[in-house]
Amino acid sequence: MAAVTTTPRQKAGWGVANFVVIALALIPVLWLVSLSFKTPAAVLDPSFVPSQWTWANYSGILQSSQFIRPLINSIGIGLISTFIAVVLASMAAYAVARLAFPGKSVLIGMALLIAIFPQISLITPLFSIERSLGLFNTWPGLIIPYVAFGLPLGIYILSAFFREIPWELEKAAKMDGATPFQAFTKVIAPLAAPGMVTTAILVFLACWNDFLFAISFTSTTTARTAPAALQYFSGGSVFTVPTGPIAAAAVVITIPIIIFVLFFQRRIVAGLTSGAVKG
Amino acid sequence: MADIVLDNVTKRYPDGALAVDKISLDIADGEFVILVGPSGCGKSTTLNMIAGLEDITEGELRIGGKVVNNAAPKDRDIAMVFQSYALYPHMTVRQNMGFALKLAKTPQKVIDEKVNEAARILDLTQHLDRRPANLSGGQRQRVAMGRAIVRDPAAFLMDEPLSNLDAKLRVQMRTEVSRIQRRLGTTTVYVTHDQTEAMTLGDRVAVMRNGILQQVGSPQELYDRPDNLFVAGFIGSPSMNFMPSVVEDNTLHTPLGDVPLTGRLQRALEQARAPRELIVGIRPENFEDAALVPADQRSSGITFRASIDVLESMGSDVFVYFTKEFGNEVDAAELRELAEDSGSADVGVRNDAMVARLDTETRAAEGHESELWADLRTLHVFNPADGSNITLDYGADRAVGGAAPATSPAAGTGRGAGGTGASTDAPAGPGTGVI
Repeated sequence: MAAVTTTPRQKAGWGVANFVVIALALIPVLWLVSLSFKTPAAVLDPSFVPSQWTWANYSGILQSSQFIRPLINSIGIGLISTFIAVVLASMAAYAVARLAFPGKSVLIGMALLIAIFPQISLITPLFSIERSLGLFNTWPGLIIPYVAFGLPLGIYILSAFFREIPWELEKAAKMDGATPFQAFTKVIAPLAAPGMVTTAILVFLACWNDFLFAISFTSTTTARTAPAALQYFSGGSVFTVPTGPIAAAAVVITIPIIIFVLFFQRRIVAGLTSGAVKG
Repeated sequence: MADIVLDNVTKRYPDGALAVDKISLDIADGEFVILVGPSGCGKSTTLNMIAGLEDITEGELRIGGKVVNNAAPKDRDIAMVFQSYALYPHMTVRQNMGFALKLAKTPQKVIDEKVNEAARILDLTQHLDRRPANLSGGQRQRVAMGRAIVRDPAAFLMDEPLSNLDAKLRVQMRTEVSRIQRRLGTTTVYVTHDQTEAMTLGDRVAVMRNGILQQVGSPQELYDRPDNLFVAGFIGSPSMNFMPSVVEDNTLHTPLGDVPLTGRLQRALEQARAPRELIVGIRPENFEDAALVPADQRSSGITFRASIDVLESMGSDVFVYFTKEFGNEVDAAELRELAEDSGSADVGVRNDAMVARLDTETRAAEGHESELWADLRTLHVFNPADGSNITLDYGADRAVGGAAPATSPAAGTGRGAGGTGASTDAPAGPGTGVI
């Protein structure tokens, strides 16, 4: 019998292991939250729960253009990059999944190549390119590289989804009078929605969390994103370390991600295509 | 409504494979035509070419008098029912059925009316707001039909629409499809590999093999007067029995006995310049227990003895299986292909196995020898070289068998009058022009 039977011992073992992993992941986050509520004087206080709660760190950063503007940049650049990447990736993935065209394997290979290329090695050439094209320190200066690096991932995820969708649905749409574009937008795309949402989340996360490009291709708050802006925080005086404001800012930029994932998670439902064909 | 004309339509794939070879077929307005043949015979390709889902390599396709070779599927005004149903899983039944109308920018009120009407015809009203995933196979099949019906198209194309249903439901839906088609009077092309469906549904049946149209005719015509060995073997269930025969001294030597060549049979053989070795075909129902044949009819057939291997009582008839020693094998490409298609080659059915349909009164019993009688008036003789039916014009005295063609292509008279709602009060769309 190959049936999995778990003894109480095993159960306990797994429980402990899970607990350790979750604790390791969550304690720094909680520590960060704790730090963000501590007064500058209490930052070095080792107690987990702040002895004296303060909103000062939050009110400080939310009033500072040093943080608000980068936050807007982050949201704007992230959303635009995600949108462009998902649209382009779904079209490319559709072609990869459905059509036989010359150079298809080259295209897939190139996409993979981009995905595995170490980004750090591209910083210098990209910096020069952006400088000479006038993209340096602008939104497009970040959006373009984000889209470029988000596309391979999107194409891979989405072509897998498109391959799962029965081709007959598209034929049926054509027979129903749809143009190829309508067939794609009204039948194929809605069915690939889980894949698109997955892609969108991953691309958005990548943009939101990116530090390398953000710090390299920006010089002022015109285009600097939140993670990069944190680095430029200053304390109350030259001699204070801005630990509290950095912690508060880190918490603030984590919240949208949590909301984003919670909101879209419900739409990532497998089996949306079930019932399309004989089940 | 429209007629569909295929004029030497050919499909050749880029790799040179010929899927459909110069098929010519006139489908009249309102006619129900079945394309039938074993898998890979090109019937689905033909349908896809009519639909516009596959390009036509050569030849001309006209729908309602208009050449549509290069028209996109959406400009042909035809609806298709797929084998897999291809329902949109993210839409409700109502949305599925109304999708085409919505794309055509029909006012919502009209869409609702048509969908409700179609749902009523198909008994889907209570399922309109469910999604395909929550429907049974038969319901999904009806939704697929409904999606075609609401559009009130010039023609329906159906690609094996019933083959995903279980046997009982298939028979029910077969009647349903027939009823709906007659009610709407819409030109229909129906693809199937099941000869029973072909025989029961169609006004006319077109048998295809290897991309070539073998014969077109009413079911009865194909049954009574098959043009060739392939059609003879494909149409009819159980299928026709084939035996090798030799002509010698004005006598046809068959494994069942010697048949003197007289009158028409002789003339037919002479006219066809038939070779000495022939294939003789006889349908299971042209056998009878010799004891049950009235004496005055015996002379029109031959009596022989056979040992019954298997006896199947169907209630209304009795099928007996027996073998007859053939001097040499019946061998023709057509028969080999038929055996492959039916799977009998795989299960090792010997090709000298024969089947006879007898009256239930028969005393034949398994494992015993019986005296059987074969009606020679209905004997078919084929040329093994090209499979052609030599006795095609020798059918005059077969009328005795009572097999006068009952169904003709024009059997659709009066169907328009019976049609209600969906077809009559529809606005004159691009395809509703009378041809």
